Amino acid sequence: MMSRLNLWLLLALALAFAASLLAGRVWIDPFVPPFAGAELILIDLRLPRACLAVLVGAGLGSAGAAMQAYLRNPLADPGLFGIAPSAALGAVLSLWLGAYGLKLGAWALPLFALLGAGGAMALLGLIAARGGAALFTLAGMMIASLSGALMSLAISLAPSPFALSEIVVWLMGALADRSWSEVWVALPLTLAGLGAFWLAAPALDALTLGEATARSLGVDPRRLQMLLILGVGCTVGGSVAVAGVIGFVGLVVPHLLRPLTDKRPSSLILPSALGGGLLLLLADSLCRLIPLAGGELRLGIALSLLGAPFFLALLWRMRREGFRGGWA
Amino acid sequence: MILTAQDVALAGRLQPLSLVLEPGQVIAICGPNGAGKSSLLSLLAGVQAADAGAVALDGTALSAIPARERARSLGYLAQGGGAAWDLEVEALVALGRLPWQAAPLQRAVSSAGQDAEAVEEALAAMDLLALRHRPLSRLSGGERARAMLARVLAGQPRWILADEPLASLDLGHGLGLLAALRQAANQGAGVVLVLHDLALAMNHADRVLVLDEGRLVADGPPEVALAQGVIEQVWRVKAQWLGEVGARALGLGC
Repeated sequence: MMSRLNLWLLLALALAFAASLLAGRVWIDPFVPPFAGAELILIDLRLPRACLAVLVGAGLGSAGAAMQAYLRNPLADPGLFGIAPSAALGAVLSLWLGAYGLKLGAWALPLFALLGAGGAMALLGLIAARGGAALFTLAGMMIASLSGALMSLAISLAPSPFALSEIVVWLMGALADRSWSEVWVALPLTLAGLGAFWLAAPALDALTLGEATARSLGVDPRRLQMLLILGVGCTVGGSVAVAGVIGFVGLVVPHLLRPLTDKRPSSLILPSALGGGLLLLLADSLCRLIPLAGGELRLGIALSLLGAPFFLALLWRMRREGFRGGWA
Repeated sequence: MILTAQDVALAGRLQPLSLVLEPGQVIAICGPNGAGKSSLLSLLAGVQAADAGAVALDGTALSAIPARERARSLGYLAQGGGAAWDLEVEALVALGRLPWQAAPLQRAVSSAGQDAEAVEEALAAMDLLALRHRPLSRLSGGERARAMLARVLAGQPRWILADEPLASLDLGHGLGLLAALRQAANQGAGVVLVLHDLALAMNHADRVLVLDEGRLVADGPPEVALAQGVIEQVWRVKAQWLGEVGARALGLGC
């Protein structure tokens, strides 16, 4: 069943998708005969990049909505589970090994990132197996902190200045110079993650009333936890594997769309996926258009530059209206 | 459906106790703070597992009943429970239908029409029809408490287990809520309430369980379980029942 909100978002997404294919340093006018190389730019550069933006944004947006529902907190972010930093650690490790001359091939980075995400997921599942959301969050934060420390260690021990800059630039997150092979990594993972969130949706609704009440409504907390780990692991792990660390989407998108829904967590997941895809597509197109000496603006930086002041303004408004007991 | 507890215990909170609870009655659990009232209720509701012993519904242990089926039989209202999101009253009450509705990989047990009807009845029983589209953040404490109980009623459970449902209600709405629970009992449901107000328990319950420091110290009709001697022993106050049966008031310190 599609709500009106979902239809509007889908329409906007379709328009933005078409526009993002035409926009860039070289503009493609659909109404004049194509120039030499236009097909190459369209099919091999812009189409996979646009697909990736939608997939990564959809994954991060839906993961944010699911996390906020699971932790019953509008300020929760997919990064809280420690899966994004662990995936980033895996990716950094592959860059590091690459700098030592190991011939790892193009698949190594996404593979290492997914292994990092998988490791964090397994650790989370083992540690938090019998605890509630609080233990789970603490475990996630510790995993994030450990991964962050190891990542800093890897950076400080980088074998060469070149490797150092490669790692740092990669960590900023971007969709530039991506190809279809990244799309084939992100597509199944994003779909699997969305599937997990779909399975978890009724339980997340019940969780609105607290853990005890959710249990009394027939929710199996262990199953819900596993679905969340699986969903966040697939979406966030997949997005880090193909695009690096991209913040704010998972936090801001569900936050912005919640007032337009009936506030049930289950009615926010699909809009957040569509909205996340839309936001990332627009931000990435903007990154391509803004002229910058020495390349283009990194997507991760752009989102934080836009997102943080925007969110601060939102908090400012909330402060003036009075923050009502965690209700956003 | 008979709800039984066989030697159930919770480490540090409840000593082993056994109970047979019959439907069609309003049963009150009373006791001082920390007596184990909420613990007993959450064990009976299947929200928490006992460290020892078992709770059973018509002879089947709760742990052996599929979670959704158990949820359709046992409705549970947590103490002072809030909602994480600012739902409208009707959407909140409809959450009570979750164990009946279709879910991914789960078939619906009721039709959409039956779900809507149950929500409608629950809203009407709790006097919430006029507030159905109001978000929770714009309700008074009492209205919110009624909405929370309406959520339980919408699930049409065989047992209603509520932890201090009257805590933030004014006199009129408190009595209205008790009347709604009495009606549910008359229609065959079992009602178990944690009550702080002994006069309400005295006048409105069919049976009272008195807990003290995790032990069941009295169990019976209110005249017996809440006799002057029990109150003095458990609450350590001087107390005396005044007035007629059915309209008793507790005189304290006389």
